[in-house]
Amino acid sequence: MISRPYAAAKRTLGLTDKLLEVNWGLVLLVTIIAAGGIAMLYSVAGGHFHPWALSQLSKFIVGLFILVIAATIDVRVWMSLAYPAYAVALLLLIAVDVAGHEGLGAQRWISLGPVDLQPSELMKVSLVLALARFLHGKSVEEVSKPLNLGIALAMIGIPALFVVIEPNLGTTLIIVADGCALLFLAGLSWYWIAPALAAIATAVPLAWRFVLHDYQKARVMTFLDPEADALGAGWNITQAKIAIGSGGLSGKGFLNGTQSRLNFLPEKQTDFIFTNFGEEFGFVGSVALLILFAVVLFYGVQIATSARSQFSRLLAMGITLNFFFYIMINGLMVMGLIPVVGIPMPLLSYGGTAMLTVMFGFGLLMSVHVHRQVEIPRHSGGII
Amino acid sequence: MPLFDKKDKSRYATFTRRSLGLGGGMALVFGVLAGRLYQLQIRDGDQYMTEAEDNRINERLLAPPRGRIFDRFGVELANNRRNYRVLLVAEQATEGVEEALNIIGKVIALTDAQKKRVLTTLAQNRKFVPVPVAENLSWEEFSRINMHLPYLPGVQPDVGETRDYPFNDELVHILGYVAQVSPGDKKDDADSLLSIPGYRIGKKGIERQYDDVLRGKAGASRVEVNAYGRVIRELGHDAGEPGQDIWLTIDHDVQKFVAQRLGNESAACIVTDVATGDIIAMASTPGYDPNLFNVGISPDQWKDLTTNDHKPLLDKVMSGVYPPGSTFKPVVALAAVEAGLATPDYRVSCSGATTLGNHTFHCWKKGGHGTLDLEGGLKNSCDVFFYETARRLGIDKIQEVALKLGMGAPTGIELPGEKSGFIPSRAWKQKRYGVAWQQGDTMSCGIGQGYVTATPLQLALEVSRIASGRSVSPRLVHMVGGELTRRESAAPLDLSEQGLARVREGMNQVTNVPGGTAYAFRIAEPGFEMAGKTGTAQVRAYSAEEHLRGVTKDAALDWKLRDHGLFIAFAPVAQPKYACACIVEHGAVGHPQVLMARDVLLYTQKRDPLGMPAAYPIKAAALTEEPVR
Repeated sequence: MISRPYAAAKRTLGLTDKLLEVNWGLVLLVTIIAAGGIAMLYSVAGGHFHPWALSQLSKFIVGLFILVIAATIDVRVWMSLAYPAYAVALLLLIAVDVAGHEGLGAQRWISLGPVDLQPSELMKVSLVLALARFLHGKSVEEVSKPLNLGIALAMIGIPALFVVIEPNLGTTLIIVADGCALLFLAGLSWYWIAPALAAIATAVPLAWRFVLHDYQKARVMTFLDPEADALGAGWNITQAKIAIGSGGLSGKGFLNGTQSRLNFLPEKQTDFIFTNFGEEFGFVGSVALLILFAVVLFYGVQIATSARSQFSRLLAMGITLNFFFYIMINGLMVMGLIPVVGIPMPLLSYGGTAMLTVMFGFGLLMSVHVHRQVEIPRHSGGII
Repeated sequence: MPLFDKKDKSRYATFTRRSLGLGGGMALVFGVLAGRLYQLQIRDGDQYMTEAEDNRINERLLAPPRGRIFDRFGVELANNRRNYRVLLVAEQATEGVEEALNIIGKVIALTDAQKKRVLTTLAQNRKFVPVPVAENLSWEEFSRINMHLPYLPGVQPDVGETRDYPFNDELVHILGYVAQVSPGDKKDDADSLLSIPGYRIGKKGIERQYDDVLRGKAGASRVEVNAYGRVIRELGHDAGEPGQDIWLTIDHDVQKFVAQRLGNESAACIVTDVATGDIIAMASTPGYDPNLFNVGISPDQWKDLTTNDHKPLLDKVMSGVYPPGSTFKPVVALAAVEAGLATPDYRVSCSGATTLGNHTFHCWKKGGHGTLDLEGGLKNSCDVFFYETARRLGIDKIQEVALKLGMGAPTGIELPGEKSGFIPSRAWKQKRYGVAWQQGDTMSCGIGQGYVTATPLQLALEVSRIASGRSVSPRLVHMVGGELTRRESAAPLDLSEQGLARVREGMNQVTNVPGGTAYAFRIAEPGFEMAGKTGTAQVRAYSAEEHLRGVTKDAALDWKLRDHGLFIAFAPVAQPKYACACIVEHGAVGHPQVLMARDVLLYTQKRDPLGMPAAYPIKAAALTEEPVR
């Protein structure tokens, strides 16, 4: 961490102070990872900037601006915007269910002029903001009170419901995981947590029976035995494993991956981009990438635990965990350890909304970092 | 710090503790991911590397162009034409092969039987092997497939080659045909070509006999393909070896004439070069279209072929075995001269019948022929003359000469399925029936009945040897690839020239002297005269009563019960060049076989293929450079 005398003495920070306070090391790290992603998009396009790499680069640059701008906005402003953001995201989510585009068999997109928006992505960040705000004023005891817990669970459950009927199982899982993690961090009593875990354990078979779509069940079955239908539904998993595995120790080299270039990998530019990375850069490259991700996560935890307000802490940790869940689910998925769910690899996968929300998330994280000394009263609702 | 109360402190502690716990969880997950990477990339890396290569590289066997078959003047008798076909690769049919077939069925006509056959073939092959769905498509159908290709995953339009027999049934029994490989073929033959779905191998005739040569060697193409099977680039190519061309001794012009002249009779006819045994024409009718077997024969067509009483599938020339009847008499006559029995003074008197013990042997001429010398016996085809002569000779002498003339054993023609015919011996009868040879047996053999049988090809060989005096043997293949087939010039027969000359004279009298049995059918044009010998092969034994009624000549007799008509001949008489043997099954009435042989010999002599320079050596080089039609 950069250690510099903090300008906390001042009641307010100037823009220059804030820019100096931005953790540029973390920004550099994010940029390196994103550059790796753009290089992969260049590679899977057969060594062309079109159709993905250039577009992703421009989105990243926009994202970088968003990051810096978000970082310089006072964390209390974000606190004020938490509920409105949540409300907007929820409305968009409902709208997408009513009038969204079918993309890859699921209704996930909404067109806002030239931009195709994925409200479920927005919801992840909005939910973290809103829950952080809600839990900010609650003591450990208060969090475990049924009313508060009920409100929090409703805040999680309502968007989760709209996302799951899209249907988008992966994002639902992340939303629920994000929300539960914040409740956990806010100090939810183990008397709630233990029965909840037990309930989940019993609910899984029931969900299998009554909730999951056939295609989702098929994914699970395929995951359990991909070779049974290696040319059908098992194709993704089998080919992803072949791609990663064939990278060996040091990989086939940049632009030399055959699996994705020859289209053996479906969704090679989005959810399965990591397989190309594994194929071209091998074990060494893949582990290096994991280390970069781990360092980002370490920064995140560090920022969260250094912040001086509960809202900031919850927000920072929520963003960090959200980022982690992406990596975990995507990583486990492409390596064939869990069934295929539609979750991109953050910063690597092609996709505008995901890139922008991830960068915005880092912006919020950075805002927490920049304003880490800001104290917010228990009953404050922000400064606007 | 008024804002930090105790409650805050406690929840901050909780937050930090739980955050670090979650951080530990994250580290654990990263450990799992790294471990999985180790498993996939280090531990199983080699295996996945192989699988990636397997994905990427397809090795495809390539069928080389099949060798063509030419006649002696370079006419293509069997060649390869373009075959527009549709292939299906199972692993690329993303909707499944059945759905793919359904969609193809909407673009081109596809019967359920065809679909079933394709599914069977697909099941027998590995998933990346292209399997033909439909072949011999019209250009229009082929274009439609190409147009719909984006909606037909796994479908590959392909321009292959398929065998074509431009003259249909004219040469079918010589050329044979190619057809799809059967499971039995694969068992006997390890050639990788046979594993190419849709590959055809020679099943009959020259196509079968010379299949190895015509086939060539399989080539292979190593290509890099993408997931949809589109070939990205070729990594290696082995063209294999094209099949070698074959040149036959056949003159297609004469062959065509013969086939047309035989028409729809159940008949066989061979024309040979007497000096070499080269076969100039060889037809068995009715024939069938060999292209049917290549394209795929329908059950109805197959039933027609197998139930037809004219036996179109049988090559009567070399696989039809008949009693030679009177065409065997020249053999007996030769044996008689060789044995010193038939001296110029030798005479036999015919009263219309002769007896042995209490059995009477009738001559075909009720009133008898009176006293005859050897030439007269042949001219009149007098049965009594040959009964008597055979009886005096004994079977051993007759057998010896028959064998020398090429009977009783396969002639060695370069075709599969040749039958040998039969010349009996004393030892054979003893062994076969446990009964001693009887004089009556010899007498029956004397007129070419009894145990004696021969194929029309053997009769052609008999007459060729008599005409040339050389131990020629039949030959059909002149050149394979660029190599001439090995050939020693035929040695003179181990028979006296005097005997041969007298038999030739006897045969001359048959056709060219009034009273000869075939005088009415002679070639009258000077210089083209033929010498011949008629024959009748009994399909069944006639009773004495029937002989008296003359029922054997009854044209109203049921076709199946009528005698076979045979004729052997050579021409021109003065300088024999061409020999001919002709048989018309159940055709003894009206002597159609004699008329055919006469027309064929006259036509052949006028065209005189032996007088023209054969095209093989010269055209060989030029033809190989010609593109395949």
